[in-house]
Amino acid sequence: MSLWLTLAVNSIALGGLLFLLSSGFSLIFGLMRIPNLMHGSFFMLGAYFGVTLLAGGHNFWVAALASAAAMAVIGGLIERFLLRRLAGDQLPQVLLTLGGAFIVGDICLMLWTGDPWQPQTPDHLRGVVQVAGLYFPIFRLVIVAVAVVVAIALWLLVDWTRLGAKIRAGVDDPPIARVVGIKVSQLFTLVFALGAALAAFGGVMGAPYLSVYPGLDFEMLPLALIVVILGGTGSLLGALVGSFLIGFLYNFGQAMFPDLAYVILFLPMLMILVLRPQGLFGKVVS
Amino acid sequence: MLLATLPMWVGNSYYINIASQILIWAVLALALNVLVGYAGLTSLGHAGLFAMGGYTAAMLLANGHNHFIADLVALAVTLATAGIFAVLALRATGIGFLMITLAIGQILWGIAYRWASLTNGDNGINVSTRPEPFGLSLSSAPSFYYATLVVFLVAVATMAVFVRSPFGASLTGTRDQARRMTALGYNVWLIRFLAILFSGFWSGVAGLLFIYYNQFISPQVVALTTSAEALLMVISGGSGTLLGPIVGAAIVVIMKNVVSAYIERWNLVLGVIFILIISFMPEGLVPGSVRLWRAASQALRGRVAVPAAARQEEPR
Repeated sequence: MSLWLTLAVNSIALGGLLFLLSSGFSLIFGLMRIPNLMHGSFFMLGAYFGVTLLAGGHNFWVAALASAAAMAVIGGLIERFLLRRLAGDQLPQVLLTLGGAFIVGDICLMLWTGDPWQPQTPDHLRGVVQVAGLYFPIFRLVIVAVAVVVAIALWLLVDWTRLGAKIRAGVDDPPIARVVGIKVSQLFTLVFALGAALAAFGGVMGAPYLSVYPGLDFEMLPLALIVVILGGTGSLLGALVGSFLIGFLYNFGQAMFPDLAYVILFLPMLMILVLRPQGLFGKVVS
Repeated sequence: MLLATLPMWVGNSYYINIASQILIWAVLALALNVLVGYAGLTSLGHAGLFAMGGYTAAMLLANGHNHFIADLVALAVTLATAGIFAVLALRATGIGFLMITLAIGQILWGIAYRWASLTNGDNGINVSTRPEPFGLSLSSAPSFYYATLVVFLVAVATMAVFVRSPFGASLTGTRDQARRMTALGYNVWLIRFLAILFSGFWSGVAGLLFIYYNQFISPQVVALTTSAEALLMVISGGSGTLLGPIVGAAIVVIMKNVVSAYIERWNLVLGVIFILIISFMPEGLVPGSVRLWRAASQALRGRVAVPAAARQEEPR
């Protein structure tokens, strides 16, 4: 019984982490239609920034926010100076971000060596809470709480604010949006930076749990991809549901079929592709 | 002629081996080019098909089957995988296709790496012997080079026929004007499906050459880096041409060998080349050089150099 419960708690925590990763990917790929193969690299680079700050004795939240801010700047620069020149041309964008991902991966290997970094769970987040006779590790619950807060904030931002309306207008019809005075280019840079920041934040949140090591980037990228294909491109709700689904599948798969856990992850994606190519919550695009 | 006599004037087996590597990768690049160049479908999962051929044969050989059976089964398995690959990936075109092939490639990597009881995991599988077609030993570098050259030439000939055939023309048609092709009564899905099978078959052949060359296969071969390298070969040389992927394979293999001799940062170099090519010669080196050559020769003849007409592409 307690094994299953532990697995369930771990699954929910991983789901929360995946949401931080894939919500940014959903913004960039789903909303802006930029196939960003560097997203896993943002996650890993952010995590490395975070562990470096933590090793320097900084507070966990300071490290996470600083890393997210740094990644936002880097992401914004990449969008503004590299991807912008290829606007609307997806194949070159794929190749450019793929090249960028290789560069980031190699630089990380150079700077942070090949050994895994696993920071301690911060003191005030350590320990367990007892609910109805069952014990829950606080840190896992915090990850979930952060994910839920981010989900609500993003939903409010995209669906209910003026800024969100401008973003949607800019995505749907850039020329008309420009005519009515929306600064589409700036908005896109902003959204890309936000997506990168979310990935980095997720990276730091995940560091005490997953540890940070070379190759993490290309391990996380397909996960973000599965979540978004599963949930439907551009749907935040889809990304949320997809994240928790994959979180459960990964942990239970790992426990029951350790050899095949990684493969099992892709099964729902394949089923969705065959049965409902637009994803669980995606709209049909003609 | 140059290729056929190469071992005689090169002499050193190190360089002959590099030539063999170039030919092996060129077969994979040509196979990928069928999709990228002629079908307009960019795949980032070809390392999976390449390794599917290699792994199947390596596992069968390790279990004591003979080369003929192992290779035949390996190609059949690769074709079957390519079929599944096609059915799934063709649910989308353009960027969706690429993302699905990337995911499938990662699944196959996951099998090779994590399913240790089947694939021996990170330790890989050794291939103890090379085959002896018609009783000829392929253990020396020049003899293996010749065997690779024969396969390579067959691949090039098949590709040339394929591209010039009515089927090749209809494939290019689906790339440029999918909707018009449907209206004309062509089955666009089937044409693309067959193109993927064809591409998968030659990827599998390249995989077989690869394991016989290295006499070893490990999950590293299935990694995204391999798919990316193959794609770089196609794009750097110039997709949609026959010569392009071959030149691209030569460039990438030579650079990889030269770079690895000095520094360990091959991935960094790979990334930088990607970004430079995308930024400065997006059409690839072969068409790019042809364009420059034409412009130069026209300028020499005193005519006004007309900029080469931009390649017509369907808006993605």
